[in-house]
Amino acid sequence: MNSITAVPNTPSENALDELFKDINPALTSRQASFEASRCYYCYDAPCVKACPSDIDIPSFIASIHNEDLEGAAKTIYSENILGGSCARVCPTEILCEQACVRNDEAECAPVLIGLLQRHATDQAEFSEHPISRAPTTGKRIAVIGGGPAGLSCAHRLASLGHEVDVFEAQSKAGGLNEYGIAKYKLTQNFAQKEVDFILGIGGITLHTNKALGQDIHLEDLSEKYDSVFLGIGLQGTRQLNLDGEDHPAVHNAVDFIKALRQAKHTEDLSVPKKHAIVIGAGNTAIDIACQLKRLGTEEVTLVYRRGTEQMSATGHEQQIAKDHEVRIKTWSRPDALTFDDNNTLTSMTFVKTTLVDGKLTDTEETFTLPCEAVFKAVGQTLVTPENEPGLPQVTSGKFQVDASFLSSLANVYVGGDCTTVGEDLTVEAVQQGKKAALAIHTALMSEEK
Amino acid sequence: MADLSTDFVGIKSPNPFWLASAPPTDKAYNVERAFEAGWGGVVWKTLGEDPAAVNVSSRYSAIYDSYGEVSGFNNIELITDRSLEINLREIEAVKKSWPDRALVVSLMVPCEENAWKTIVKEVEKTGADGLELNFGCPHGMPERGMGAAVGQVPEYVEQVTRWCKQYSKLPVIVKLTPNITDIRYSARAANRGGADAVSLINTINSITGIDLDQMTARPIVDGKSTHGGYCGPAVKPIALNMVSEIARDPETQRLPISGIGGISNWRDAAEFISLGAGCVQVCTAAMVYGFRIVKEMQDGLNNWMDSKGYERLTDFQGLAVPNTTDWKYLNMNYKVVADIDQDKCIGCGRCYIGCEDTSHQAIELTPQADGTNRFDIIEEECVGCNLCQITCPVEDCITMVQKDTDKPYMNWTQDERNPFKDVS
Repeated sequence: MNSITAVPNTPSENALDELFKDINPALTSRQASFEASRCYYCYDAPCVKACPSDIDIPSFIASIHNEDLEGAAKTIYSENILGGSCARVCPTEILCEQACVRNDEAECAPVLIGLLQRHATDQAEFSEHPISRAPTTGKRIAVIGGGPAGLSCAHRLASLGHEVDVFEAQSKAGGLNEYGIAKYKLTQNFAQKEVDFILGIGGITLHTNKALGQDIHLEDLSEKYDSVFLGIGLQGTRQLNLDGEDHPAVHNAVDFIKALRQAKHTEDLSVPKKHAIVIGAGNTAIDIACQLKRLGTEEVTLVYRRGTEQMSATGHEQQIAKDHEVRIKTWSRPDALTFDDNNTLTSMTFVKTTLVDGKLTDTEETFTLPCEAVFKAVGQTLVTPENEPGLPQVTSGKFQVDASFLSSLANVYVGGDCTTVGEDLTVEAVQQGKKAALAIHTALMSEEK
Repeated sequence: MADLSTDFVGIKSPNPFWLASAPPTDKAYNVERAFEAGWGGVVWKTLGEDPAAVNVSSRYSAIYDSYGEVSGFNNIELITDRSLEINLREIEAVKKSWPDRALVVSLMVPCEENAWKTIVKEVEKTGADGLELNFGCPHGMPERGMGAAVGQVPEYVEQVTRWCKQYSKLPVIVKLTPNITDIRYSARAANRGGADAVSLINTINSITGIDLDQMTARPIVDGKSTHGGYCGPAVKPIALNMVSEIARDPETQRLPISGIGGISNWRDAAEFISLGAGCVQVCTAAMVYGFRIVKEMQDGLNNWMDSKGYERLTDFQGLAVPNTTDWKYLNMNYKVVADIDQDKCIGCGRCYIGCEDTSHQAIELTPQADGTNRFDIIEEECVGCNLCQITCPVEDCITMVQKDTDKPYMNWTQDERNPFKDVS
């Protein structure tokens, strides 16, 4: 498959998809044409500087304007092979679109760069994979983790003429695009279509259900391959440390989203009917809250211990929550879970908080919200597999890397959310995978000489 | 309220907005609708000898700006495809119903004295206010020895004009073709032939684009195309120049002009009038938006005239003519330099890259700590070309500021640097 075109869903998929229609529908060709004409084609453009993956934004928009969608898509893919999913999931409001010079004008409206990128990547039609491969080098690289970082790394390595084996712990590649992003952001099985598209370059073999520490081991791979890339993401979730937190009605948001993303029917999910509480302030918290509303939970309250200004969810994301009628309660810290005699979760108690000398402090005030289920979205952490000796050094909870994404181990590179570098964004993971690939290539080719 | 009424070579109309001879003025139905909408006059679509012309399908094509609006329009229609008899009857009836509006009849017949003599007599009987001689049509008709084929030969222009003046008491307006090298030659010829006025420009030979799948120019007629006549906003600058050339020429400076060419709003009309036009003719804008646009045209012209204190059109007619001169009379000692308002600058860098790549390297780019760029004019390098101001997308961000050179007016004919100073 050489382009990402919409393939119709089966009827059973349609029922659930109906609940999770695209939150940000695609532009029509006419809309894209007008929107593209709004771009000023800035020199040394601020949007490019704001894009973690270095896409030449004015150039691809100019190609759209000139009705060359293939040229536009190729410009995008040459820097970001996951340009299709990034167009959908990127918080453009804090990246390229925030930097757009049209924010500074009387009209205060940035060019809709994300939607234009989606238009180009969705509509471009290639007779063969848009990125060609260099002559084969005979080098073999193992990529551990088939998420955005791993896929980006593998694709760039393949384009440089190397052979790549991707080992993915889950039954499908795609990482958070497949298992973690809100369903209304990546609709119509887009993540798998994109994986197929990426593999279309050739030279990449995908091995699914191969978990590090169980089915594969870094030391073996380091021996068998010329180089190894590690992009295993963040598999752990932070806890609230409350009594009863292991109760089945207290969910990790990421687990629930994963189940939702894989579900074929609404009946496959246990959805709270009346009251649900979401703890957290990031995009995952917003995602789970909005998805619960769409699934039919009557009242969803998102509770955060600080104020809206401190929330890591962007203003745009907070607006999505408001549009879904999610109630947002700030300055409140989870204190206790209450269960009835049948051990059913009935409510959750919070302590109101305040800032004292810049420090978050409890007040005397408490309140209790009824709930059937609690969803924790207070952050993910790196969990290194047990029985896996010889992993790279971990600093501040994540793998330590140098500027070329080389870990503490020779020939072992790391990229994506599991590194100490950059924000945990899909586009950042793509960039790190790409940069690691370039570093691997440089290292392997200099060995040759 | 300003007085918009017009007396153009004795033809009176309540406002200067006439519809040009074209599809909008093809028959009584359209013309009546135009008058109901408020148009001051029409030039009836060109009449010819019977049998009437026959048209093809399709007929129009266009080019568009980035917002999808028509900026240039092209047609391959011929003169009226209805019989002379029907047209004359309708003209007579319409003029009777609308006595206060200008009704001019456009004519094109073979270049023979008798043909012109016959038709002008016929038109005179209808009660029409004037004649417009179509020497401009660039497509189809010239292949039959009419239209631009006449307009491109000054001697023919003069001859036919003379015939018309000889056989008709009606004012004669000669419509000029822009498909020539110097418009003044045909304007002078019309003047010598006794024309009461000229109207310009007619359409420009054009191919608006090629369908790259069919490898055929547009509009396509069964896989083939032909060049058409170009009009609409894109031709306005060409028309303004030609109007000014005639208005400035010593031989024709008193010859009344009806301005035509891409006029779409009151401002366009005011520009033509400022270059000497006594009235204006509109076609493309009406074809794209309908006759109702004349309301905003009248309102806008009125309000602008009020704001300037002009009571009637003649108060500002031709005021821009003396300021339109030859290059050699421009002041060599005048100097402007660009100035960037840093508070308004949005940092797009267009001024910089245009100047750096293609002009005078007079803008300095300084990266800022926050990742943005600052742009400053290097005054010593700036020649005052206006390029940065043109590329800047922000209103009033870049202005051209006059610099005091402490030197008096001196034009090229007086300039020591002019090697031909003494002969120019």
